[in-house]
Amino acid sequence: MLHTVNKSPFEKNSLETCLRFARQGHTILLYEDGIYAALKGTVFEAKMTATVTNCKIYVLVPDLEARGMRMDNVVAGIQPVDYAGFVDLVVENNPVQAWL
Amino acid sequence: MDEMEGTIKKFLYLNRRAPYGTIYALESLEVVLIGAAFDQDVSLAFIDDGVYQLKKNQDTVKVEMKNFSPTYRALEGYDVEKLYVDKASLEARGLTTEDLVVPVQVLDVAQMTELMAQQDVVLSF
Repeated sequence: MLHTVNKSPFEKNSLETCLRFARQGHTILLYEDGIYAALKGTVFEAKMTATVTNCKIYVLVPDLEARGMRMDNVVAGIQPVDYAGFVDLVVENNPVQAWL
Repeated sequence: MDEMEGTIKKFLYLNRRAPYGTIYALESLEVVLIGAAFDQDVSLAFIDDGVYQLKKNQDTVKVEMKNFSPTYRALEGYDVEKLYVDKASLEARGLTTEDLVVPVQVLDVAQMTELMAQQDVVLSF
């Protein structure tokens, strides 16, 4: 199962709800303002560090770069993905749950 | 002579949204630039995700959107020089003033409230 989150965790509870329902082996993709959840140094870092041991977490690099961030700023274990990779994740995982 | 002419009011633009995910940040900037033409006393405040608007190194080539972050550096040319950032919002995001594209004044809660209280008009984005 693929969970997608595109909202800032500081503004909406989409990430928190996603993490509440995500189970071991699920995949999570962070894109648009969702990328802020992937960053080191935020109040969400500990939660993401814990989750990445159970779930595969990906971050969409174009959205990361647009917001002035790089993979250097991302919590260890979270993987980069580009637009083609986004499509692959959707094809490989069924169903897709979008936490808007 | 029009009574309104020559009246200078204090305007605060209060920014609380991240750039690109919604249109708020860009719209705020557009309104600031329009307002700058009227020679008013303008301040900008950045709270919550609004601080992300000022993050350095924004590169929007791959998302095919306009990178408007250089505009914050150009505000000085429009006599918009008072930029304020909420201390707690920076800290919650692991950011410092070193991460920002422009020099800003960092305010604590009491100082930010005082700034708001001094205004004639507060515009929220």
